[in-house]
Amino acid sequence: MFRSRADVVFWVVLVAVFLAGLGATYVVKNEYYFTALYGILQAMLMAVAWNILGGFTGYVNFGSAGFFALGAYTVVFLDKALGLPLPLLIVAAALVCGLLGLGVGYLSLRLKGVYFAIATLATAIVLETLITNWRYVGGGRGAYLVAPAEVPFLFSSYVDMLFVVMLALTLGAVAISRYLNASRLGRGLAAIRDDEGAAECAGVPTLRLKLISTTLMGALMGVAGAPYPFFVTFIDPASAFNLFVAVNAIAMPMIGGTAHWLGPVIGAILVGGTQEVVTVTVKAEYSVLVVGIMLVLFITLAPQGIVGLAQKYLRRRK
Amino acid sequence: MDLFANAIVAGVLLGAFYAAVAVGLAITFGQLDIVNIAHPAFVIVGSYIAWIVNSRLGIDPVLVGVLASPLFFVAGALVYRVYYAAFERTGQESLSGLAFFFGVMFIIEVSLILVYGVDYRNVTASYIGESIELGYVGIPLRLLVPFLAASLMTGGVWLYLSRTFTGRAILAVAQDRLALQLMGADPVRIKQWAFGLAIGTTAIAGALLIIIGPVEPSVGRVYIGRAFAVVVLGGMGSIPGMIIAALLLGVVESFVSTFAGPSWAPAVAFGVLLLTLAVRPSGLFGRA
Amino acid sequence: MKFVKVCFALAVAAFAGLAAAADPIKIGFGMALTGPLGGNGKAALIAMEIWKDDVNKAGGLLGRKVEFVYYDDATQPKNVPSIYTKLLDVDKVDLVVSSYGTNVIAPAMAVVMRKKMAFPALFGLAVNDQFGYDRYFQIMPAGPEPKTDWSRGFFELAAAQNPKPKTVAIVAADSEFALNAAAGARKNAEAKGFKIVYDKTYPPPTTDFTPIVRAIQAENPDVVFVASYPPDSAGMVKAANEVGLKAKLFGGGMVGLQYATFQKNLGPMLENIVNYDFWVPAPTLNFPGVNEFLKKYQHEAEGKGVDPLGHYLPPYAYAYMQVLGQAVEATKSLDQGKLAEYMHSHTFKTVVGDVKFGKNGEWATSRMLMVQFRNIKPNDLEQFSKVGSRVVLYPPAFKSGDIVYPYKQ
Repeated sequence: MFRSRADVVFWVVLVAVFLAGLGATYVVKNEYYFTALYGILQAMLMAVAWNILGGFTGYVNFGSAGFFALGAYTVVFLDKALGLPLPLLIVAAALVCGLLGLGVGYLSLRLKGVYFAIATLATAIVLETLITNWRYVGGGRGAYLVAPAEVPFLFSSYVDMLFVVMLALTLGAVAISRYLNASRLGRGLAAIRDDEGAAECAGVPTLRLKLISTTLMGALMGVAGAPYPFFVTFIDPASAFNLFVAVNAIAMPMIGGTAHWLGPVIGAILVGGTQEVVTVTVKAEYSVLVVGIMLVLFITLAPQGIVGLAQKYLRRRK
Repeated sequence: MDLFANAIVAGVLLGAFYAAVAVGLAITFGQLDIVNIAHPAFVIVGSYIAWIVNSRLGIDPVLVGVLASPLFFVAGALVYRVYYAAFERTGQESLSGLAFFFGVMFIIEVSLILVYGVDYRNVTASYIGESIELGYVGIPLRLLVPFLAASLMTGGVWLYLSRTFTGRAILAVAQDRLALQLMGADPVRIKQWAFGLAIGTTAIAGALLIIIGPVEPSVGRVYIGRAFAVVVLGGMGSIPGMIIAALLLGVVESFVSTFAGPSWAPAVAFGVLLLTLAVRPSGLFGRA
Repeated sequence: MKFVKVCFALAVAAFAGLAAAADPIKIGFGMALTGPLGGNGKAALIAMEIWKDDVNKAGGLLGRKVEFVYYDDATQPKNVPSIYTKLLDVDKVDLVVSSYGTNVIAPAMAVVMRKKMAFPALFGLAVNDQFGYDRYFQIMPAGPEPKTDWSRGFFELAAAQNPKPKTVAIVAADSEFALNAAAGARKNAEAKGFKIVYDKTYPPPTTDFTPIVRAIQAENPDVVFVASYPPDSAGMVKAANEVGLKAKLFGGGMVGLQYATFQKNLGPMLENIVNYDFWVPAPTLNFPGVNEFLKKYQHEAEGKGVDPLGHYLPPYAYAYMQVLGQAVEATKSLDQGKLAEYMHSHTFKTVVGDVKFGKNGEWATSRMLMVQFRNIKPNDLEQFSKVGSRVVLYPPAFKSGDIVYPYKQ
């Protein structure tokens, strides 16, 4: 974990950000910033998760909304059935969605490229129909999750707690993603991305790596969805399986840069931040336009994303 | 028996319409490997054009679609030009192209909302609401007219692709670009023509959509899944395969709707797709 | 010396009072201006702004000008918590009201409850059932038990016919309002002793309703109750016409048949359908102020891409602002607790008549209208603004005509 100076810097920054966020909840009484930041962090977590399979391994997942919603609904179900505390609910969501990711990983045996992407989309739609017909979690009618009146020890309000939880989860995901990027595992994934056939021939255990990749992605997306029902208090399949969740999960890493762990982070801050600002200043519909225009501009002018641009600039400086 | 026959007929009528929506995608995605996720958004634009002309001048929507298709053809060619310059030339396709078209889709949708608002739009035509009875099978004209128009259009496109030089060149450019160049055709010009053709079909498909039911800008999203499913199920590169897949999807949806309960229809349809992909990834009739 | 001090203090207080009087009263809300419910949301906003202009012309509230601070939530639940926290914590609005539609009202409840705000809400079905908040006020006239009250009138009309119909088909869209309405319909049907022979739901993006209507027809129900959203309602009506649905009573909970654009487009296909509504031009519904309001609305709505007639939501959007305004004037304060107490204990006179709230914030008595479309001519929008195109059949207090039964034979 502390192999190099860069590692130490990274962990110091990570812990500092977390403490800053935690501290902010005591100092800043204004709840708005935390609700807005929650949205951005959730998008970042989804982007980081997506990028593990999409950017590192080269398999495009169209059905991100399916994992997100499955995580959310696992929480709804367990909360209703067993009333478990939030940390356990998050773990459960990670397990369930990780399993789904594993299943999707096996799909990648038969399907490559765009076929795989279509299969993930089909999976998300099948999941949506199943949940819409599942009366116990409210089905199409939706489910209400009322936040408990007393808030656990450290926090002054429920939203503050959700924000800190999401901050911790997202930072954890970024750390995992960074570890993957630089590790031997990550190099194996990159080999699969560049040329799967050649990787196989070179002895890379492609199936095992792909399964790790999809399971990890699934688990992280499930974790992103887990606190969502408590955040919105009313959840229904139409809003949980939203196309927008899926598109953001793809757009943010693409704009930030898919090959590097920092890409989805930057993409999320830029795109997510702009969206939040636009929602509360201009018109929410424009936030959709924002994604559209940013996507088109960045993809045409900077295909390697912002990280790619930065790398080119740094290289030129040398 | 009565219900059964009607379910099949309704499924076939709807399936032909799905084919009309998907035929353009069968060209761009099935044959040219361009992931044009904005395809249904173009269809919605077609619907809006049909609504505007129909409500101002009272012209029949199908006719509007046909008249608008040359404009859409030109638009498609232009979009391809941008796509080519930004991606294909530099070899960056698939993921970047996908993201590009996502962006295009959102821009189209939001522009429609900003200009026309989110109210539902309808067209009026003499045959909407009428129905003909053939024995115990009732056929609403609201579905029959799109069925006929869709069949003519998809049939026409297929004939074009299989009989004319340019059409066959389109089929060829996907399979072997170099060979095509040796045959004297410019692959880029051919692809541009093909993309234009694909978008041209969306003008007509859009007109058919708004005949079947009311349209507002986000209606295109439910067709993304259906259109791609139909192209993949039929087999990439095969227009007849796509048509059969579309009819199959329509009939399956109709049956599940009638006998099991409509809320299961999407699961069944996409479940079938998943199964096919798992068992035979090249689709029903695709080049393996 | 003391005298001077007192005078000085009084002078300062007077100036402070004057300065405060210049501060506008800010009312904050999210509104679905885009997205699936955007059409209605925009219409509601127009109505609310007419109220704001009317109030300001008459001198404002408590002598202060009224201003709106609002954001578009795009009918996305996830946008709602940040909008309301911004309104309350950053923009520091004095009063809040809701957006339009259950799935964008519910997410605001947590925020509003934490801040103990009085919360007038615009058209959400049974939102408060889950929260039990004592400062929630719903302007939709569903009644004290919204889910069953919604369809009660429909089934009472059915049961009152002679010979009494025996069988019922229930079909609903797979989303929150429709499923709740269908659950209520089931209860009402069973209470009246009907046999339910078809009870299914369909996914919202369904394109064609002919197989569904055929499946319903195959069971030969006497009564067909539909709970649907605008595009599906239109699809159902068209399919019913094409299939030639033979039922004795058809309609119930179809959203969309109250909108001008669908009424014009469907025309004669609507003949004899009995459906819910909240306000129609009828002699029994001529509340003071409503016709003047509609004229103003229709003038404002021109060219804005919203419902041109404005019979459905706009009068209620105006009314719920009236309730809030009257409560503020009557209690002479902006204290949320006092406002809530006043709103619970008084009857308000609005453009939709007398409004009285029950304990759970819903209307104390239901005023779900059941109306029947009659003598509808094709392609004519004007007829819907005249008396007679929609005859009120229920509740008895507002009845303006007798039912034409059966629907089709």
